[in-house]
Amino acid sequence: MPVLSILFALFVMGIFLTVFFMEPGRGIRFALSRTLEAYGEMLSWPFGNLYGFYETLNKMIPLAFVGLGLCIAYRMRIWNIGGEGQLYMGAFAATWGALFLFNDLQSPLLMACLVISMGAVFGAIWGLIPAVMKAFAKTDEIVVTLMLNYVAIFWVDYLVYGRWRDPAGFGFPLTAEYPAAARLPRIFDGNVQIGLVFVVVLAVFLEYVYRRTSWGQKSALIGDNIQAAIYAGVNIKLFTILALLASGAIAGAGGAVQMMGAQHRLQPGFSPGYGYTAIIIAWLGKLNPIGVVVVAILFGGLLVGNEQLQMFYRVPIALVYVFQGLVLFSLLGGEAISRYRIRFHKRGDE
Amino acid sequence: MKRSLLLLVFLLFSFSLIAFAVLDVAFVYVGPIGDHGWSYAHDLGRLHIEDVFGDAIRTAYIENVAEGAEAESAIRGYARRGFDLVFTTSFGFMDPTIRVAQDFPDTVFMHCSGYRTAENVGTYFGRMYEPRFLSGMLAGAMTTSNIIGYVAAFPIPEVVRGINAFALGVNYVNPNAKVHVIWTNTWFDPSLEREAAISILDLGADVIAQHQDTPAPQQAAEEWGVYSVGYNSDMTAFAPEAYLGGPIWNWGPYYEEVIRDVMAGEWETHEFWGGMDTGVVDLLVTDLVPLGVEKLVDVVKRTIVAGEFHPFVGPIYDQDGELRIEKGEVPTDGELLAMDWFVSNVVGRIPR
Repeated sequence: MPVLSILFALFVMGIFLTVFFMEPGRGIRFALSRTLEAYGEMLSWPFGNLYGFYETLNKMIPLAFVGLGLCIAYRMRIWNIGGEGQLYMGAFAATWGALFLFNDLQSPLLMACLVISMGAVFGAIWGLIPAVMKAFAKTDEIVVTLMLNYVAIFWVDYLVYGRWRDPAGFGFPLTAEYPAAARLPRIFDGNVQIGLVFVVVLAVFLEYVYRRTSWGQKSALIGDNIQAAIYAGVNIKLFTILALLASGAIAGAGGAVQMMGAQHRLQPGFSPGYGYTAIIIAWLGKLNPIGVVVVAILFGGLLVGNEQLQMFYRVPIALVYVFQGLVLFSLLGGEAISRYRIRFHKRGDE
Repeated sequence: MKRSLLLLVFLLFSFSLIAFAVLDVAFVYVGPIGDHGWSYAHDLGRLHIEDVFGDAIRTAYIENVAEGAEAESAIRGYARRGFDLVFTTSFGFMDPTIRVAQDFPDTVFMHCSGYRTAENVGTYFGRMYEPRFLSGMLAGAMTTSNIIGYVAAFPIPEVVRGINAFALGVNYVNPNAKVHVIWTNTWFDPSLEREAAISILDLGADVIAQHQDTPAPQQAAEEWGVYSVGYNSDMTAFAPEAYLGGPIWNWGPYYEEVIRDVMAGEWETHEFWGGMDTGVVDLLVTDLVPLGVEKLVDVVKRTIVAGEFHPFVGPIYDQDGELRIEKGEVPTDGELLAMDWFVSNVVGRIPR
């Protein structure tokens, strides 16, 4: 079904692209061949070329991190929309650690452990707030997590435009660069940040937790039927809190890894909405850790492929957004259709 | 068989010749080229060099690229595909440009508005404060309420410097007028920028100036029936009854120069910060401005271009009445680049 959905999106987009590539004095065959050529480029660079694939991997890392975190909550039907804020808090805490608390540390390993833990802790705090409010005051976690995103983003803005501004940066809104010890090594000849390894290890670990541990079983039970879970004696409050805590911690660690592995300093808007895209990725991955990683890779490839359309075929950004919307629309629509069977019947007979 | 082999060799040879002779130039834009502001102005520069060099160059561009690490894949993508020259046209592309440049020592990178250079990375920007001063003169001459609104982007030195230059220009012709600043913390958010403009219009402002990349504040001024001063490019089309003119970017000639240097193999890393004398920045004045004002502005412009007058020549006092620039002194480039205080006729604060 997903394959059909993607083919459908490609087909509809193909019509748009063909119209876009039409040139006066040249037939439709020219436009069609340009479209096919562009599609070839869009698929072959992110997936068929080693260097293009490296870019795909780099793009997927923050998406997969947050997506994996979100799944923990979603499996219990707790709607954490706060991945973006948790990511930002992780990035904030990592910067605090790397630049101000542990800046004299020389050991990269110790530094990485401390800074990533800082990120996880602050991401977890950002998950804890809505969790406690939900568990004890029955507030709606969708609203609280969403609102906390803005708090986190503005908090980072405040620091970067204010007291954390790099004194050597001519007043531009950037923090100083991380010391060498706080930069993570890169793999594949320096082409990919090491966060990839963390993502894969984390996914395997979560897969194990969901399948083999009582946590996994109980959280699945809560998601399937909360009444049954209460009847079975599961402590719903505790699980709610732990789920959002873990969810936030993973997103926060993701923020720290993105800082240490790719960005090397905090700057406003460092995330173009990773936390929101991750929501889609978690669902398309069916809340399954390995599925999330696979979908994140495909999504990273889609983003890189779309860049190629812009870079070498001059496809305007608006059309690229149309395409991304089409892909999501047909994937979600396809899933909805596959869950129902359409039957035609004459009026009256039932 | 033999013939087709020959043909293949010939084709390969001619392709390599073409590849050798044609300079591939890429542009990475932060906004959409249809923003009629910052990225649009850079794209006009790209179109200019296409016109000038014709088949000798090939250009490519990508728009709406997120800043920070996210931009690296696009910049790296161009370098990896053998582009000879890559212009990265937003401050937030600084670190990724430097990182990619380390891996591609034979590619020339030009980064706009930053401060990090390398053997193969140059920087370029314009002394926008010069035409900003002149545009302040336009606003100061045209206001009757003596309340001038300034819709400011982000509290960074570039924007602060622009506000100060504008306010000094206002003061030059009208010492009674005040410049009211409102921050939007955006570069490209038409609805928010419009709202911000309206909030100063409600104070009684009768001229609106701006620093963002959209013409939304101009349109708000047009609706209110007051004057406006634009930025980036010619915004007449958006507010024909309001737009007095404004400082504009004109990247074409500079891009042309860089490409000539790269083609001749004479390019060297440099930090370019050009004023009106280089043509990179200029003031646009529309027919709404009375002839007398236009003449006056033109005289001052000529003295700036000739290097006889500097918009920031002292004495200049800040908002607290402290003397910041001594009488007859001119601030250094370093002081200009780090400016974080407002001159005395500005109303509003720099958030810290």
